[in-house]
Amino acid sequence: MHENNTNVPTVDVSALRGSSAPAGSLDDEAIALQVKNLDFYYGSSKALKNINMVIPQNRVTAFIGPSGCGKSTLLRCFNRMNDLIDDIRIEGEILLHGQNIYDRAVNVASLRRRVGMVFQKPNPFPKSIFENVAYGLRIQGTNDRRRLAEVVEKSLKGAALWDEVKDRLEDNALGLSGGQQQRLVIARAIAIEPEVLLLDEPASALDPISTLKLEELIYELKSRYTIIIVTHNMQQAARVSDYCTFLLLGELIEMANTNTLFTNPQQKQTEDYITGRYG
Amino acid sequence: MNDTTLPHHISQQFDADLEEVRNNVLAMGGIVEQQLANALAALTENDVRLGETVVTNDYKVNALEVTIDEECNRILALRQPTAIDLRLIVAIIKTITDLERIGDEAEKIGHLAVQLADQGGHDKFSALAHLGDHARSMVHEALDAFARLDVEQAIQVVKKDLKTDKEYEAISRQLITFMMEDPRSISRFLNVMWAARSLERIGDHARNICEYIIYLVKGKDVRHTSLEQMEQAAREPR
Repeated sequence: MHENNTNVPTVDVSALRGSSAPAGSLDDEAIALQVKNLDFYYGSSKALKNINMVIPQNRVTAFIGPSGCGKSTLLRCFNRMNDLIDDIRIEGEILLHGQNIYDRAVNVASLRRRVGMVFQKPNPFPKSIFENVAYGLRIQGTNDRRRLAEVVEKSLKGAALWDEVKDRLEDNALGLSGGQQQRLVIARAIAIEPEVLLLDEPASALDPISTLKLEELIYELKSRYTIIIVTHNMQQAARVSDYCTFLLLGELIEMANTNTLFTNPQQKQTEDYITGRYG
Repeated sequence: MNDTTLPHHISQQFDADLEEVRNNVLAMGGIVEQQLANALAALTENDVRLGETVVTNDYKVNALEVTIDEECNRILALRQPTAIDLRLIVAIIKTITDLERIGDEAEKIGHLAVQLADQGGHDKFSALAHLGDHARSMVHEALDAFARLDVEQAIQVVKKDLKTDKEYEAISRQLITFMMEDPRSISRFLNVMWAARSLERIGDHARNICEYIIYLVKGKDVRHTSLEQMEQAAREPR
């Protein structure tokens, strides 16, 4: 017979999980970035419509949505990469630890040091593996060979590439495989110790094994960085992210804990998209 | 799946797969209902042959459980369902376990009907037939609620389960009185008791299925909660 207790004791299962506490509610998170009333225009067409959201610190936040929904545009707003495009207009604010990154006083180069980015296609420089990773430090004026070697080793280890390349640091980076190149680019991004890492479809050009390595890397990196990832692969978003945001036609439809979003989304549009239905 | 509320998948094959597994669950439910009806008829009419038929036909239920499990495994592996599709597959995997158990209980009742017929029937006991009708209607309504994704009906079945439990308790008490009055008939009354116990368990399984329906439709896990909490979950808009 069923028990009909009104007071069902709850069991704390967090002790059963791994060391990294699972994502719960956004309200309980420390906030790295906050987007306030953000509108974005390419010429006269509005690509982002009144986006309001927070990006939790030391968590992986995924943006999903169909092509053209604005997820890459939104991602590029976080390090002002869109500034490089002609005829765009941005209204609203993005706060990085409380400071509006679109404030006139903000130095864009130093912003991009704090908010690093990795693109869809790995884009190593036609230089040695070592010089690729050391590049950011060199342009910041660090030329001490010992200091550079330290940072290169630490970054390559951080990007889970060290064991594969430690004996050929002087080889040309273009000789690495696609998966290795993508991890090299991540090593280059973390060498200057940014606070936030933006990943725009980082695994779309990689084979399944390299993809899994990259996902494992993302999992390890989140203890030190706040990560935002744009992906078309929903299973990937489900695997790697703590929070997931669904965008459609420039609007933020739903943002929730990834477990909730993939098992019990609250919005019908989200449900239709993630289950692969006609809207 | 529920064509009236959800648009089709872009992959029509996925729609077809889900539709097929859902139809198989309803087919399995139909067989289980028939098994239960036959077992009850065998019991009330002292029909040895019908009782034996129920026992031999249990394999059909078991075979369908295995088939549906395989289909669900395949869908999980190939389609990686999410949201309502995922909840449907999870609800189905759990539902067929309960359906299979209902089938087992029906088989037990069929077996007991054969034994009781040998022991001279149990005509003194109309309360058992009443409990049987009750359990049967619960299974029927649970399957109906599953087919129509009807949360309200699922709640009604849960309410019925509470009554079934009370009925079972009353029957047990009565049977104990009979046993004390007539110790020579204890083995016969024990068989009646086992049958009543099986019917009560069938009610619990029907209730479980209804809890999965609420999970499927509302996304809320209402197992091991009170009826009030369940009703609240069922009422909340999604």
